[in-house]
Amino acid sequence: MDQQGIFLSSVPNNKRARIVNIQGGAGLVRKLQVMGIRKGQEIKIVSKQPFRGPLTIEVCGSQMTLGRGMTRKILVEVI
Amino acid sequence: MGNPNVGKSVVFSRLTGANVIASNYPGTTVDFSKGKMRLDGEHVEIIDAPGTYSLEPTNKAEEVALEMLKEADVVINVVNATNLERNLYSTLELLERDIPVVIALNIWDETQHLGIHIDKKELEKILGVPVVPTVALTGEGIKELVSQIKNAKTNDKIKSTSEEGRWVEIGSIIKKVEQLEHRHHSIKDIISDLTIKPITGLPIAVGIVFFAFWLVRLIGENLIAYVFDPIFYNLYLPLIENLSEWIGGPGLVHTLLIGEYGKEIVFEESLGMLTTGLYVPIAMVMPYIMAFYFMLSILEDTGYMPRLATLVDNIFHKLGMHGHGIVPVFLGLGCNVPGALSTRTLETRKQRFISATLLAIAVPCMAQTAMVFGILGPYGMYYIGLVFLTLAILYIIMGLILNRVVKGESPEIFLEIPPYRRPSFKTILKKTWMRVRWFLKEAIPFLFLGVVAINLLYYVGFLGWLGDVLSPVMYGLFGLPGDASIAMVVGFLRKDLAVGMLIPLGMSPLQLVVAATMLTVYFPCVATFVVLLRELGIKDMIKSVAIMVSTAAVVGFILRIILLGW
Repeated sequence: MDQQGIFLSSVPNNKRARIVNIQGGAGLVRKLQVMGIRKGQEIKIVSKQPFRGPLTIEVCGSQMTLGRGMTRKILVEVI
Repeated sequence: MGNPNVGKSVVFSRLTGANVIASNYPGTTVDFSKGKMRLDGEHVEIIDAPGTYSLEPTNKAEEVALEMLKEADVVINVVNATNLERNLYSTLELLERDIPVVIALNIWDETQHLGIHIDKKELEKILGVPVVPTVALTGEGIKELVSQIKNAKTNDKIKSTSEEGRWVEIGSIIKKVEQLEHRHHSIKDIISDLTIKPITGLPIAVGIVFFAFWLVRLIGENLIAYVFDPIFYNLYLPLIENLSEWIGGPGLVHTLLIGEYGKEIVFEESLGMLTTGLYVPIAMVMPYIMAFYFMLSILEDTGYMPRLATLVDNIFHKLGMHGHGIVPVFLGLGCNVPGALSTRTLETRKQRFISATLLAIAVPCMAQTAMVFGILGPYGMYYIGLVFLTLAILYIIMGLILNRVVKGESPEIFLEIPPYRRPSFKTILKKTWMRVRWFLKEAIPFLFLGVVAINLLYYVGFLGWLGDVLSPVMYGLFGLPGDASIAMVVGFLRKDLAVGMLIPLGMSPLQLVVAATMLTVYFPCVATFVVLLRELGIKDMIKSVAIMVSTAAVVGFILRIILLGW
């Protein structure tokens, strides 16, 4: 699998992407994982708030909002 | 136990018949509630724990849940059937422990609409514990759940593994038990998209908030004009007048119960337990509380709040919190106490400190708001607007400052957005009533106490003395009459009573604006104070109070210069 990927925050609205890597401390990785955000998972960008605001994504059937900083630790490939 | 927003509290009230607040957003239950039910002729205690995504806590509410787990004999694990994959994580963690589990597969009805098929039998076989599909909102499956509690089991086959191991396991379970159908975009999805995308979401949010408060005012005013005032003036006043005649003359009894003898009875000003002490909470404040919580319950139960949190996250992030910080503000606008409790859902000490301090400083509860409308309403909306504008500016300025000054981290927003649900009218009325009852239980004793305390302190001459002593400060710094300091003292007990005490002082509208704003800012009421003390601890609370008092002084002084001139 391509380990490079792009930031989740750079994926355009309504596009789907697959997570290739999460670069963060163990705490963050765990916090994301229990919400279903983990390597190999497919996600969809629902909306982005302006001025570096949070992103809303859809992952395993439910939506969640995460801060822009977090989305720069999640690397994805657009599919 | 279970993930946040899966309906644990609804299951709990179904099992126990107890009333607990449930909403369509994660983190409504921040504390536990206990209830009893009969199980095969025996009384057992049931505890409703706050939601946890995993058994390794990340916030205070989750810590509470873990404490509960240590004492439990059996765990009813409530699982969201529409999101099995994620919910199973904490289920597996539970099963790794040596504690009997029964699983309620809740929100079962929605799986059908969403085209999710779950093989319940297979799931039962794999997990080795009873699995019961339930729809807690309607009560479906609850009987079956109760009968399965005694069959709750531990599972010896599931061994403690790593996170990775659990996810692999969940993956294989899901493959065996769940099938997904493709589904079309429903009207709910479209509304959901519209309300969370900034271009459409922000105008909608502004519209909703304005409409909500317009509705609160409309309902509140009409309740007062057509229900409460007629009752008090047509039915209750004659009773009190008879009582006054019966007591027959001036004295402490008459003063305490009704007010000064020989004066016309004015419900707002007489300061008797049976006049002002009843009229203010019931006829002036309660109608707005009813209207406010009715509106808030609708917003909560539909699932709009997390979307609002997403939209305002940017602003709140600059104030040292994140979007979820809007929840304490909204709850606090009804009553500061539930607002203060809800600061628990924020993750770090810094966030909780900022949120709680700002709540106490700049979020007026409905009792205060109603009184501000009451005393300034006759002079026009302009003056009311001044008070609220000042408070809003204060919230932002103090937030910006505190964000710089307070040490600690303020993590980013990370919030689940639940699907929209149509709220049930019955549930909303019930929830409104529970919160109104809570207000009555808290407010009326304090108002009675306040009225008694004021009268006694007047009687012994303390308040007159205090007014004299503080008069130079009040007048010199804030341009207010010395007696306004008495209202400030009373404000420790109840804000609504204190604002009411400003009426007889004959102040100009601009003076009233200064006084009302300072009353809101300088200190929370006793009830809120006690909760904040518990939430923040003594050290932080002292800091918080120092910030409140100094802010009140600075704001009072600035307002005085701007509004009243030097």
